[in-house]
Amino acid sequence: MIRFILGRLVKAVFILLAILVFNFLLIHAAPGDPAAVMAGEAGAADEKFLTDLRARFGLDQPLYVQLWIYIKGAVQLDLGYSFRQQMPVAELIGDRLPATLLLTGVAFVLSLVLGVIAGVAASARQGSWGDTIISTLALLFYATPLFWVALMATLVFSVWLGWLPGFGYSTIGAGYTGMAHVLDVAKHLVLPASTLGLFFMAIYMRMTRASMLEVSRLDFVKTARAKGLTRGVIQRRHILRNALLPVITLAGLQAGQIFGGAILTETVFAWPGIGRLMFEAINQRDYNVILGVFYISAAMVLLFNLITDVVYVIVDPRIRLTT
Amino acid sequence: MKDFWKRFRYNRGAVIGLFILAFVIATAILAPVLFPQSPWKMVQRPFLPPFTQDGLMLGTDALGRDVMAGLAHGAYVSLLVGLVSTIVALAIGVPVGALAGYFAGRTDDALMRFTEFFQTIPSFALAIVLLAIFQPSLTFVIIAISIVSWPPVARLVRGEVLSLRTREFVEAATLSGLGNTQIILRHILPNALPPIIVLASLMVAQAILLESSLSFLGLGDPNIMSWGYMIGAARTVIRTAWWLSFLPGMAILLTVLALNLIGEGLNDALNPRLTRKSE
Repeated sequence: MIRFILGRLVKAVFILLAILVFNFLLIHAAPGDPAAVMAGEAGAADEKFLTDLRARFGLDQPLYVQLWIYIKGAVQLDLGYSFRQQMPVAELIGDRLPATLLLTGVAFVLSLVLGVIAGVAASARQGSWGDTIISTLALLFYATPLFWVALMATLVFSVWLGWLPGFGYSTIGAGYTGMAHVLDVAKHLVLPASTLGLFFMAIYMRMTRASMLEVSRLDFVKTARAKGLTRGVIQRRHILRNALLPVITLAGLQAGQIFGGAILTETVFAWPGIGRLMFEAINQRDYNVILGVFYISAAMVLLFNLITDVVYVIVDPRIRLTT
Repeated sequence: MKDFWKRFRYNRGAVIGLFILAFVIATAILAPVLFPQSPWKMVQRPFLPPFTQDGLMLGTDALGRDVMAGLAHGAYVSLLVGLVSTIVALAIGVPVGALAGYFAGRTDDALMRFTEFFQTIPSFALAIVLLAIFQPSLTFVIIAISIVSWPPVARLVRGEVLSLRTREFVEAATLSGLGNTQIILRHILPNALPPIIVLASLMVAQAILLESSLSFLGLGDPNIMSWGYMIGAARTVIRTAWWLSFLPGMAILLTVLALNLIGEGLNDALNPRLTRKSE
């Protein structure tokens, strides 16, 4: 097990290094002076700042020396400086990361739990009106643009009905502490987390349904039925356990996609996470921030993949540990 | 072919999808005829609600532009981006997958590591990075979408080729002295075609969603009217003119839904055995 985790870690480090090289090449492939690219759109930085940058990144030296300086910095979490925000990029991301982890974490758990429950319910009565309704809804959610659902959710639940706050992380100026603060954040979290979760819920539901139906035709299920076990026990203990495996695999693979969704959700709901940070950076052409968020989000995805791999091995001990 | 159509028709959703898509395609083709003026042109006072004036059925947006004309021209852009980026993604993914599956061993290892790299990194963030650094133009939007959407093709084709290459007809082709290229192109790939077609139809749908998300964030071609841009522009006025965000969103939803339904129908029609199993 430890060897397996170590192997995966080595692989993750290689992927992160590849991303750094990729980022580095992008900065140099971008139209214009690399120093200006790193400083943000032309005009944002003064000449002294550019000279500093050139000296610091050795922009007058050969490319491989520059690459080495860049990677050495990034490994020590020096992701450059955001001239626009007057702050180191790593610090900016560090401030915003918890909000994103909260949002994506809640959305992920919500979509997985509800998706699996809906999938099981639909497969239990295949062809019934309940199945039809669940399947149709999943088909619709799967085809809906996430940012649009987010906008419509704000419109209906915040503007028209006034049930939930439509933007932000907490009520500004309310100064809640303790439990009141937690409740306040939770209230703000409802709309972003459910819109982000909706799309993935649809995917997990369809996957669970198909997987349940497939497993339920296998021989060991017939055996269980012949033993006289009740329907519910067979569903839960025999079919679901096996049907869950492909769903977990898929969920692990989708960590990157959830982050992509978070960029859109955070943008619409003004949720102060790194996705929103990236959106602001796009508008300001603040390249250091964009590349930094890209790098950190990839690191988060790799970490998440590692966790799902470990969960997978625990759920199904038959899996061979290969790296 | 007749059988194919019969099985496709059996899936009612797929037929509905086909009708919706035909309508969207017709709109896209007729857009320059029906709305010869540029969709960027101001035609009336801003915020004209829908169904209040003849000739401007869906009203105007915050800058007095014809919403209907925007939707029609947007249909063209969505379909174009969806189709072309899928073709480009296939052009990358099919060779990678075919080579990996056919030659196996080290080639397979190297190519699959490469594919895995692209599959692990957050693809939407990658598309954003590419478009933010290079100036967003239609070509670059298409390139960015293709770059993030080819890995599933490579994986699928690899799997198909791996299972086909040990079949007897391939051995026969090898014995008859055909070269590797001939075998892959003439004998293996044609047999791997059905699942690729199904995947491609779903990819067009995903590409349209991706394009709309990118232009919603302001990363689309600034000279081209698209559905995502319309929603992004109407976002700030959602309290006063919600229909400006609602209508383009419905257009995206219907188009993507239609393509997904068609994909399912194609799956039923092209892989009849699979369908019966999953029923």
